[in-house]
Amino acid sequence: MISEKVKQSFIRIVGSENYDDSKAGRLVYSYDATPQFQSLPDAVIAPRNTKEVSEIVKICNEHRIPLVPRGSGTNLCAGTCPIEGGVVLVFKHMNKILEIDEENLTVTVQPGVITQDLIKAVEEKGLFYPPDPSSMKISTIGGNINENSGGLRGLKYGVTRDYVMALEVVLANGDIIRTGGKLAKDVAGYDLTRLFVGSEGTLGVITEATLKLIPMPETKKTMLALYQDLEAAARSVSKIIANKIIPTTLEFLDQPTLAVVEDYARIGLPTNVKAVLLIEQDGPYEVVERDMKKMAEICQEEQAVSVQIARSEAEADALRTARRSALSALARLKPTTILEDATVPRSEIAKMVKAINEIAEKYNVKICTFGHAGDGNLHPTCPTDVRDREEIERVEKAFEEIFAKAIELGGTITGEHGVGAMKAPYLEWKLGKEGIEAMKAIKQALDPNGIMNPGKIFAKSERKRVVVTR
Amino acid sequence: MTTAKERATIQQQFQTRMNEDELMNCMRCGFCLPTCPTYIESGFQESHSPRGRIALMKAVVDGLIEPDEDVERSLNMCLGCRACEPVCPSGVRYGHLLEEARDIIAQNKKYSLFVRIIRKIVFSGLFPHQNRMRLLTALVGFYQRSGLQSLARRFGLLNLLPRHLTTMEKVLPTVPTWKEMNDRPKQLTPQGIKKRRVAFFTGCLMDTMFMKTNDATMELLQRAGCEVVIPPAQACCGALHGHGGEKHQAKELAKRNIEAFEQLNVDYIVTNAGGCGAFLVEYDHLLKDDADWAERAKAFTRKIKDISEVLVELNFHETKLKVKPQVVTYQDSCHLRNVMKVANAPRQLLQAIEGAEFREMKDADRCCGSAGIYNIVEPEMSMQILDYKMQMAKQTKATTIVTANPGCLLQMKLGIEREGLSSHMRAVHIVDFLLEASGE
Ligand SMILES: Cc1cc2nc3c(=O)[nH]c(=O)nc-3n(C[C@H](O)[C@H](O)[C@H](O)COP(=O)(O)OP(=O)(O)OC[C@H]3O[C@@H](n4cnc5c(N)ncnc54)[C@H](O)[C@@H]3O)c2cc1C
Ligand code: SF4
Ligand code: SF4
Repeated sequence: MISEKVKQSFIRIVGSENYDDSKAGRLVYSYDATPQFQSLPDAVIAPRNTKEVSEIVKICNEHRIPLVPRGSGTNLCAGTCPIEGGVVLVFKHMNKILEIDEENLTVTVQPGVITQDLIKAVEEKGLFYPPDPSSMKISTIGGNINENSGGLRGLKYGVTRDYVMALEVVLANGDIIRTGGKLAKDVAGYDLTRLFVGSEGTLGVITEATLKLIPMPETKKTMLALYQDLEAAARSVSKIIANKIIPTTLEFLDQPTLAVVEDYARIGLPTNVKAVLLIEQDGPYEVVERDMKKMAEICQEEQAVSVQIARSEAEADALRTARRSALSALARLKPTTILEDATVPRSEIAKMVKAINEIAEKYNVKICTFGHAGDGNLHPTCPTDVRDREEIERVEKAFEEIFAKAIELGGTITGEHGVGAMKAPYLEWKLGKEGIEAMKAIKQALDPNGIMNPGKIFAKSERKRVVVTR
Repeated sequence: MTTAKERATIQQQFQTRMNEDELMNCMRCGFCLPTCPTYIESGFQESHSPRGRIALMKAVVDGLIEPDEDVERSLNMCLGCRACEPVCPSGVRYGHLLEEARDIIAQNKKYSLFVRIIRKIVFSGLFPHQNRMRLLTALVGFYQRSGLQSLARRFGLLNLLPRHLTTMEKVLPTVPTWKEMNDRPKQLTPQGIKKRRVAFFTGCLMDTMFMKTNDATMELLQRAGCEVVIPPAQACCGALHGHGGEKHQAKELAKRNIEAFEQLNVDYIVTNAGGCGAFLVEYDHLLKDDADWAERAKAFTRKIKDISEVLVELNFHETKLKVKPQVVTYQDSCHLRNVMKVANAPRQLLQAIEGAEFREMKDADRCCGSAGIYNIVEPEMSMQILDYKMQMAKQTKATTIVTANPGCLLQMKLGIEREGLSSHMRAVHIVDFLLEASGE
């Protein structure tokens, strides 16, 4: 709860128009894109600059008020659900691109900038910012950094982490620090930049970021490989990489996912095949041609029933956009859509696809799978209904078994969506007790009062590990 | 303001009447946010976004919050433009949710006496009765022709109205006379060989205030080879009622229209107002729970088609169309685009006109802020949205803004007036422009 006195101090900082504690105003920040999580904050505050953030944080720290920084609330791990109430901090005013530095190839932004706006702005100058989460038309850079988001181009170009060069961060005590710089090399002290990337708002508030840019690749080609056998598609993925080709994009969609995506996008996707791979390569013309040819051959060797090259950039773009809509499109099937983010080494992708299908059958649940196959990152997704408790239990069991299988294959419980409140109970499976303790020590040092996004990453109680029987 | 008792009733009706599956269908991905005009213009407030509004409706159903003033505010601020629907991968039918929610609130809320009277006049007294619409229009005509208008303008009487209404008065079309309005055709023969038999849905406002545009529509249909029937028994489409929380009356009007059209044996029922067409095309949803009418409504909606699509289908764009050289841009009608899914045909027609250089306006698909009676009840937001629209229109350097719905047409005219551009920019309905191009 926020006392009247504290409320007045907040209002003195940001003005009454940027402080909202109405019921409706709080309700619309009580959720994110994660199903089954909702909790009201006590107030929503929209600071206008770093100094205001710092002052707000100081008050929260003094009064032990939980603070939840929030971008567009598209995360899938209950990362911005204010499960312990407190203040939700929104960056609708702090949404400017501050500088595009064409000499050092960097861009400096405020946290509320929308990912796609940034990508478009730098592309106008012939520059390229690769991390492109499917949610990029609404996700913010602040959110991307804090979830270390990946995207369709992750296979070749890496994830958000690989592009963050410098940060301005407000720490839990209100101190403002700057990490990194526009430097190709920098070993002055601990790499705090990397620490804050993926920290899910639990260590500090990011108020500015300098991101690395690269030159726009010269050409790009896109193709779709069609399969009547899921595992054959998955095998093609491992084989392409084993053949020392790193395409920009290597995405997997199974039949039920294709069907809903086509239902929405209506671009003539094949819905009568068991799976497709969306493959892209960019770079110098000759390299792209050579790689595309080779990949097409590999797909055909692996029983692809057809390999089609997009005839125009418009067609290619329609394919990418369709792929990006996969998760939301799956939501049309049932009232509740639960998705996972299990990730395995690329070589294990066919085994993982097989295991997912077996597990779905074992628990008698419907699982549709799509994902960044080239990254070994799959999104098995279950259309269900929270009102059917019995089914939800089976779904949860199935997903636990999928996590366990992923870890057994040398993988992880989340590749890009983060831990948040949702996967906190499973984190120990991946890290072990000692791993968790080391992370807790960092958290304790930077946020001794536990005001920064409490209840995320670290769970109150761990899940008992399921044992997978093969 | 609602009383505690009213709020309790509203909440309880939310629980029984709102479609919970549809509410849950929203997975809160936020993909609709960048297309929502009120989200953008409110400075990115979630409570003025589709995702936020759905969450609020659901929270009322779940009993998490009361339907208080702020909830109502959020729903009132919605344009109902439905731009959030085509971009929603999950296929949430937001428009239906909004309509139901507004109906529940309107039916259970005690409005102030003034608002009650206005609602009564508009919803029951006026729109369902075409003869009264004619009378009203005739009064406007009297005002315009008798010299009253110039008197009122000269003596600054209009300054007593809020500014946007004063401007609105200026942009009203010169309306037809009482006699003209009462002398409407019932059947028209095609010019040349008959290619289709169609019925024309005239609309209440279109057949009075915008009668000329209706005449142009029928003329174009004839030129394109259509036999046109105009059943006199048809009524107002009911959109205003449906969107304004008077669902019951909307249903009655729907039934009247279905009856008026179902025996005509036509290929299409043609509309020339996106707002009406979109409501007609959803009669099946409106009457889905009415066993006697559900099937008949379906048959009716299958036949609804916008004039521009009919013209393209009949290759009207391949006939000779020519205007004097000018730059033309097109403002989508939200309901034509988002509900009837017509976006290409009007552009295709415009691009076929010799002399008209078509330039696409940035965000042409974003609402102009007219939105039924929104520009009267939410003037501030409406004008903010309009100002943005006019900036985009100016960037195209167009001298002609083409629209496909009377509300949008008036709003664009209003925008032109507000910007002081009326000397070299005009707004026209697409059929009027096509008739001009086809030679009158
Ligand atoms: C349909 C759909 C598709 C998606 N596709 C992908 C995908 O392809 N790849 C992928 O990786 N993810 C994907 N996601 C997940 C999600 O979009 C990403 O995690 C995204 O980066 C979140 O951005 P956001 O602005 O919505 O952040 P939010 O959800 O608002 O916040 C995410 C986290 O960042 C923290 N945070 C936000 N801003 C700040 C700040 N300034 N300082 C400190 N902490 C902050 C929050 O506290 C929270 O922990 C998808 C989600 C959806 C709904
Ligand atoms: S796009 Fe659809 S599913 Fe996503 S938030 Fe908007 S309404 Fe909900
Ligand atoms: S109908 Fe229009 S104004 Fe209303 S929520 Fe949808 S996009 Fe926004």
